[in-house]
Amino acid sequence: MTSNAAAMEPAESYLRHGRGLRSWILTFDHKRIAIMYLSAILACVLLGGVFALLLRLNLWNPSGGLVSNDVYNKLFTLHGAVMIFLFVIPGIPAALGNFVVPLQLGARDVAFPRVNLLSFWLFAGGAIFFVATLVVGGIDTGWTLYPPYSLEESRGLGILLALTGVFLLGFSSILTGVNFIATIHRMRAPGMGWFDLPLFLWALYATGIIQIVATPVLGITVALGFLERVFHLGLFMPEYGGDPVLFQHFFWFYSHPAVYIMILPAMGIVSEVVSVFSRKPIFGYRFIAMSSIAIAVIGFLVWGHHMFVSGQSAWASVIFSFLTLLVAIPSAIKTFNWLATLYKGAIVLATPMIYVLTFFAIFGVGGLTGLFLGTLATDVPLHDTYFVVAHFHFVMVGAVMTAFLAGLHYWWPKMTGRLYDERIGSVSAWVTFVGFCLTFIPQFFAGVAGMPRRYATYASQFTVHNRVSTVGAFILASGLVVALYGLVASLRSGRRAPANPWGAASLEWTAASPPVLHNFAEDPRGVRPYDYTGLRHVSDEAGWVREGAR
Amino acid sequence: MTERDTSASSPAGHGRPHVVSPAALLGTVAFLFALTVVTVAVSRLDLGAMNVVAALGIATLKAIAVAAIFMHLRYEGRFHVVVLVGCAIFAALLVGFVVFDTTRYQPDLRAHEAAAARRPAR
Amino acid sequence: MSGGGSTPYLAVQFRDMEAQTETGKLGVWLFLGSEILFFGGLFTAYSVYRANHIELFRYAHFFLDWRLGAFNTFVLLTSSLSAAWAVRCAQLGQRRGLRLTLVVTFLLAAVFLVVKYFEYSHKLHNGIAWGAACHPSAEILASLPDTARALPVPVHLGTFFSIYYLMTGLHGVHVLVGMGLFAWLLRRLPTFGPDHWGAVDGVALYWHLVDLVWIFLFPLFYLI
Repeated sequence: MTSNAAAMEPAESYLRHGRGLRSWILTFDHKRIAIMYLSAILACVLLGGVFALLLRLNLWNPSGGLVSNDVYNKLFTLHGAVMIFLFVIPGIPAALGNFVVPLQLGARDVAFPRVNLLSFWLFAGGAIFFVATLVVGGIDTGWTLYPPYSLEESRGLGILLALTGVFLLGFSSILTGVNFIATIHRMRAPGMGWFDLPLFLWALYATGIIQIVATPVLGITVALGFLERVFHLGLFMPEYGGDPVLFQHFFWFYSHPAVYIMILPAMGIVSEVVSVFSRKPIFGYRFIAMSSIAIAVIGFLVWGHHMFVSGQSAWASVIFSFLTLLVAIPSAIKTFNWLATLYKGAIVLATPMIYVLTFFAIFGVGGLTGLFLGTLATDVPLHDTYFVVAHFHFVMVGAVMTAFLAGLHYWWPKMTGRLYDERIGSVSAWVTFVGFCLTFIPQFFAGVAGMPRRYATYASQFTVHNRVSTVGAFILASGLVVALYGLVASLRSGRRAPANPWGAASLEWTAASPPVLHNFAEDPRGVRPYDYTGLRHVSDEAGWVREGAR
Repeated sequence: MTERDTSASSPAGHGRPHVVSPAALLGTVAFLFALTVVTVAVSRLDLGAMNVVAALGIATLKAIAVAAIFMHLRYEGRFHVVVLVGCAIFAALLVGFVVFDTTRYQPDLRAHEAAAARRPAR
Repeated sequence: MSGGGSTPYLAVQFRDMEAQTETGKLGVWLFLGSEILFFGGLFTAYSVYRANHIELFRYAHFFLDWRLGAFNTFVLLTSSLSAAWAVRCAQLGQRRGLRLTLVVTFLLAAVFLVVKYFEYSHKLHNGIAWGAACHPSAEILASLPDTARALPVPVHLGTFFSIYYLMTGLHGVHVLVGMGLFAWLLRRLPTFGPDHWGAVDGVALYWHLVDLVWIFLFPLFYLI
């Protein structure tokens, strides 16, 4: 791509190839599928966010009162279920990964484009079932759906719809994992060896392993739950001979690795952004790559730390506690390597980098607080308190959502061909960070002081914690609204993006912004993704260009 | 620039898929049939706990035969074996750990059930 | 940039048919891996209840006929042979052999399901259902051997039969899906040859997994 061509939108970008609804909903193009996912997922975030704001409003007063206790229970259940299954788990792989993976590999599409489309429609189907759950009155079981409560007759139709939705979403996730592993494994550009892959791809590869191995167990679990309720199978319900703790084992065998499905892609984004915006190759590439695989594998060995007070045997609890402490190690390795990348780098405080810097602060705290929960003795008093709520929001929102926003801003020029307004982006990043801290830091203190989770009302000594948290939630929400506004506004009024606005070195930045239908004018050869030598900023219109031979 | 291999059939040597011979296919099915007879015969004997071991062991041998010959694993790259064996290991992890835990908490569970049975019905 | 004239089945994202076939095969293997975990959950349920309630399994053993199980095992093993042979025929361009082997596989799968139908209907007729609905009829109890009739009917016998119906039923659903896949292959028969056999291979791999699951289900339910 010559530098003067880079400033013009190419004649046939993927956005212009084919018009009309059918060309989108029946597309095989990974880029369009990613855009559809992104739109659907953002809608789900808004829905889950509205639930969050409502429940935080109810928690303004110790005696609640905004909604009935029963409705409150439904709000936290649906907030959790929607956010986890429709945003945090699929978000980065589906909305960003689908777009970026073939581009970073130098490929024309993923390995199985039709399966990719099927994945999207399964996701949409799952989302529809969740909406249906709402329509019939919702569920109040907590997102964890534990029997016996969740499978009692009086739960009504909602639970059956929710279980079906989860099954469809799980299938979608498995197929995405299959697609990404096959694509990364076999469709690398000539000359691109395993250790020439951008770390985002290592992250998605490790994520794919988890998606394929863990998600089927979720699938069978919700299927068994459905059948238990309808046919009284006697697997989980004690009155028919079943064991409810067995459900928990099945459920957490998936749901713990699921948190690594959430965080690994986020860590992949962090690796990309921290390197590009420090103008320095990533420090410890092989350690970061291998630690992704280590997290994926060790993550399967720790699920019982969710069950310390459920009746799990003492021996199992001790073993799970020990293994849980091990899984922190690869995450720490990554964190030190990222910080070493920053050291003596030329930091560019663009929006993606602001989000990533706040990620370090938040992920550090979130990860460390996980140690208290993984340690058996300290978990017993902290279980089911707000300490747990704060911990998982730190990692799911403060880390995963932050990284998602970083990645969204980072790849936005590539996906849309537009530059978002940097001032709006930066403001949104800082406001989101401040709002996040105000929302969730008080919850750690409330939890240690004994405030239980999933309660519509609370003892008056927790009033200050809750009010600060509620105010913070609205600030966080405004930050997100500003971010969304900035991005959407750029579609109309943003400057046209060059191929490489950031001076990054991985292959996607050699394609046009936005790319042509099959991504590259010529099938590229592999490059070293963190080699910034020779990259020169020509102008804002032309972006960065590499001079001379590589 | 990409080059497509547009020749009508795969060239000899590199790129030629391995085709399993009839001998291998028939030999494998004979092996599978024989092991099925063996496993039924062994099940008629009372070997106590070894019955389960024998049954699962013979099933595993049959599975290896199906995977190696019918599913070509013997003739192909290692990664597919990694996928199969890896997933089997994770499945075994699930089975093993859950059986371990549930058997360990059975005494607590039975005590609880007994206590519940002694209470007057609601 | 588009596929060459003599290889109309080459998708745009692959540089040649070998890449496409090999990648397709990897995709199928990854999916089969997920199936192992999917059934793995049910094997867990089986193992948990067997480990903690062996009396259910000992008693329920009398209700399962090992001869039907063994017959179905031979049927499925033969169908795996014919499926593997079908791949060979496709690779060698032997259209008639391919048609024959695909049809044989399809028919053997149908036989398997017919036998299953008889097993299930006999049980259901006699009140051997799942979970809370398991109430063995007087006739079937009378037909048990003396050693079994002396034992009381375990209270939660239905849990065993839930696991039985779930595992053999899920397996049966996979057999039915397999029949659909083989029918699909038969419809596309003219397209297969030495240049284009990946789909036959993929469906056969799926079918072998279905066979693998049964190789374990047979002893677990009928023999031990």
